[in-house]
Amino acid sequence: MDKLINDFSFGLFFWQILLFVGLLLLLRKFAWKPILDSVNNREEGIKNALESAEAARKEMQNLQADNERILNEARAERDGMLKEARQLKENMISEAKAEAQTEADKIVAQAQATIENEKKAAIADLKSQVAGLSVDIAEKVVRQELADKDKQLALVESMLGDVTLN
Amino acid sequence: MQKISVVRIFMTLALILTSLNLVAKDAENVEKEGKDGLKTEIKEFIDHHLLDSHDFTLFSDKETGKHFGFPLPVILWDGGLKVFSSSKFHHGETVAEVDGEYYKLYHSKIYKTDAEGTIEYDDEHHAINAKPLDFSITKNVVSIFLIGLLMFFMFRGLAKSYKKNNGIPTGAGRFLEPLVLFVRDEIAIPNIGENKYRRYMSFLLTVFFFIWFLNLLGMTPLAVNVTGNIAVTFALALITFLITNFTANKNYWGHIFWMPGVPTFMKIVLAPIELLGVFIKPFSLMIRLYANMTAGHVVLMSIVGLMFIFKSWIGSPLSFGLAFALSILELLVAALQAYIFTMLAALYFGMANEEAHH
Repeated sequence: MDKLINDFSFGLFFWQILLFVGLLLLLRKFAWKPILDSVNNREEGIKNALESAEAARKEMQNLQADNERILNEARAERDGMLKEARQLKENMISEAKAEAQTEADKIVAQAQATIENEKKAAIADLKSQVAGLSVDIAEKVVRQELADKDKQLALVESMLGDVTLN
Repeated sequence: MQKISVVRIFMTLALILTSLNLVAKDAENVEKEGKDGLKTEIKEFIDHHLLDSHDFTLFSDKETGKHFGFPLPVILWDGGLKVFSSSKFHHGETVAEVDGEYYKLYHSKIYKTDAEGTIEYDDEHHAINAKPLDFSITKNVVSIFLIGLLMFFMFRGLAKSYKKNNGIPTGAGRFLEPLVLFVRDEIAIPNIGENKYRRYMSFLLTVFFFIWFLNLLGMTPLAVNVTGNIAVTFALALITFLITNFTANKNYWGHIFWMPGVPTFMKIVLAPIELLGVFIKPFSLMIRLYANMTAGHVVLMSIVGLMFIFKSWIGSPLSFGLAFALSILELLVAALQAYIFTMLAALYFGMANEEAHH
């Protein structure tokens, strides 16, 4: 310790303080500040660049997702339209079919009614003709039969016989 | 295979040389006296080397008494400013006469004396002559100045290269920038904190490179022992001390004078201890750097000196190898001490800025 104090040189201490503080101030102004600022700027720049790259990547992803969505929507719309058209077609066909059916049924029904009427008329006509004919025949037969008295009696007899049998 | 054969050759050589050495042993006894002289010479040389010097001696020839180097200006305050060249002292051999006053260089210190250069001693053989205030530009001051100049141009260059090259350093800056970032990311931010490290960066960077470069300069054959000088380390520690205490916040002083969270009695006991700590911290910085660098120089030079003492074919190469290994170790120590000083300074700054968290 004694040697330390003995060796202590005030002059050197003085110069050291002076030179060191001078160096410190000079370096601060001309070296450390610009160096640290530049390094900070660079680091900031790198950070920003990385961040913007990340943002761009996300944007890209969003864009792609959007595209996908739009494409899907368009596809769905197309499918819907096709389906609708098919539906429409089927409806039209079935409607037409139903209409045709009813029309046909109507025609058939009319035809049947006409036929029925014709048939009835024919039958009625036939009936009246058969009745006329029968009356004519019966007149002729009766006329012939009633010419003979005996025969008239015989007939009455037979008819009366039938009545009793009943 | 090759390695083994090389080792074998070495061993054979060693054996031969040992036998030669045994033969030479008798002659050595005669030289014993001269060897003791050599030992004191080496010791004196080391002692002298550890101290500051008033001239820049590169090497000297003991036999002819010739010194090679250049003198430095001596600036004294002794009832007036006295400036003269250190060549007037002739390395302490003659008395320098300036304006009717006589000065003598004795053990690297300037004493006031008479025309004959008498030095008076006390009982412990310490000179008791009057000492004028010595502001000389000594070898250490020159080294500090040169290192300062070097640092300025290096880091100015780095700062400029950013502007030129769009924020990317060029040339030597590529080597310096990671070091600057190391101080910022490994020393300043972990110890001081993200928010407050900025205002300490200038000091931390300056002190880190200053100590490191001066330590390295001490490893060159110039071997100037600047960071192993107590005045230099004291100055650095003093600046650290001032910065710590002038930038300290309320919480820091609260922890020193009125430690929170302990009983009142303990508060009173702790206050003087904590206050002592305020001074011990920079004191330890001063002693650590001084002792490490001085010890490094002493050991290294002693081993180099061993080469001359052994003067044998085994001892000298052995001490050379040892000195070589030690030099490498000292290169590490040079960086390590700079790191430790900066790191502890940052730690103290961090403590002075800690926010209350109880």
